[in-house]
Amino acid sequence: MQAGEARAQLCRGAAFASLAWMPPPAPEQLSGTIETLYRSESGRVLATLVRLLGDLDLAEEAMHEAFAAALESWPQTGIPEKPRPWLISTARFKAIDVMRRRARFDGAQRELAANIEARIKEAPLGVEEMDGEEIEDDRLRLIFTCCHPALPPEGQVALTLREICGLTTEEIARAFLTTPATLAQRIVRAKALIREKAIPYQVPASQELPARLGTVLLVVYLIFNEGYSAETTGAELSREAIRLGRLLLDLLPEPEVMGLVGLMLLQESRRAARISAEGDLILLEQQDRLLWNREQIAEGISLTEKALRSRRFGAYTLQAAIAAVHAGSSSTASTDWRQIALLYDQLLRIQPSPVVELNRAVAVAMCEGPEQGLGLIDDLLAREELADYHLAHSARADLCRRLGRIPEARASYERALALAPQEPERRFLARRLEELKLRPQELK
Amino acid sequence: MKYICLGYIEPGKFEGMTEDERNAVFDECFEHNDHLRAKGHLVGELALQPPETALTLYWKNGKVATTDGPYAETKEQLGGLSILEARDLNHAIQLVSELPGFKYGLGPIEIRPAADLNEIIKASEQRRRQKTTR
Repeated sequence: MQAGEARAQLCRGAAFASLAWMPPPAPEQLSGTIETLYRSESGRVLATLVRLLGDLDLAEEAMHEAFAAALESWPQTGIPEKPRPWLISTARFKAIDVMRRRARFDGAQRELAANIEARIKEAPLGVEEMDGEEIEDDRLRLIFTCCHPALPPEGQVALTLREICGLTTEEIARAFLTTPATLAQRIVRAKALIREKAIPYQVPASQELPARLGTVLLVVYLIFNEGYSAETTGAELSREAIRLGRLLLDLLPEPEVMGLVGLMLLQESRRAARISAEGDLILLEQQDRLLWNREQIAEGISLTEKALRSRRFGAYTLQAAIAAVHAGSSSTASTDWRQIALLYDQLLRIQPSPVVELNRAVAVAMCEGPEQGLGLIDDLLAREELADYHLAHSARADLCRRLGRIPEARASYERALALAPQEPERRFLARRLEELKLRPQELK
Repeated sequence: MKYICLGYIEPGKFEGMTEDERNAVFDECFEHNDHLRAKGHLVGELALQPPETALTLYWKNGKVATTDGPYAETKEQLGGLSILEARDLNHAIQLVSELPGFKYGLGPIEIRPAADLNEIIKASEQRRRQKTTR
């Protein structure tokens, strides 16, 4: 929607807004406290309720009712010492109310209601005594459900951000530059699939675990990458992905989880150096390395080393190791490119992909010379898998430029510019093209 | 956040029911509304008289013009609206999905997030203040 159009629509609404009935404001301070509590506790409370009730929608409804009950009774009673067990316990009784109400009018729900009631009553009474570990297990179960391979990837991502991270539909939509209506439908569809396919709320058995964990890690990395490449809304999503990664690391300290968190921290450490004040992309080579976040680098490297030592690592750990080599170098010139090329060789063996080959070609160009790198990239482009990948063309352009093959460099930059999806990248490529226009005279 | 739910109804849906059936729907709907209101989710509601009671006004050549009936003719007619307070759009969807009238298939419900006009109103107040001080 154009900005003008949106404003016009708002103004049309404005004419009628005065007719709408407005409720009295809620007590601001307490609702603020409860909102903070919602942020920190809703993920845990919901996960436990899902286990107790066996139904995501019912669990959500019961949780909302429990928070509403808190808003109602806490002004009189004060905030309980342990709000989490209070919320879980209250929500259980609210769920029984919900089911009884449904069953009273809808005979078909009667059996289901009786089942759920029995289930709630069978559950150990002392939710209050549930220890932290049990609650964390519940969260892990719910993560595996939200990231179940039977759900479409965009549904996995949306569901994880809403049900695990506690983001609202509107917040997720804003981060992904889509409309709340589109995002809401992804969530509705994903929930319907969980019900239709009777996807269980459980941590997969050990023989299934590596593959299922792979899907979970991919969802976390997708969220991170969305935040990595997006211009303005990115930081928030990347932080959320790192938070989610840390949670996963607490729950399941597998080497690849360490590797992924390490990788995200190492990439995130360059955020301040990656984009100029004008919003332009700055390549690794030109980044001011003093702007790199040392704390994130130290933690990222330590996690990566721990994962490497386990000898059970995979592709995330290897990518983290490559990022760690960069993080430990004071300039592009002093970077151990041979080590990076070797790590890419290893990565190619476990995860063959033309994009990894392209990155390896760049590393080879850095340690053996642009000519060798260009040969590899030309072979890759001849295979056509990367024909529409802007980074392949811009890498080729860069090597041609360094070899003084200006017309070829220009053609490749133009091709890259035509394919680049994001504005900062497009500006960067346009700037490079502009510089090349000056070059021939300089060379003469 | 507030969501306005526009409830549409197929003409003749209610008329096709026996009195007992109609009363059962009413009882269930009103009880559910009481519940939603008590929980703070239902913050306003209005039912509309049938479309044949409607009158539409136009501004035409500097004068008011009128026509009978609603502005848009569709199979389903706007029957009423309610204002829900929900955490986010999916919460609103969940609340609407549980409405008894909706489950009886009386007609579709459109959910529209309320627009926040605070910024526009503030800017307008500022403009008007500047005008009067000048």
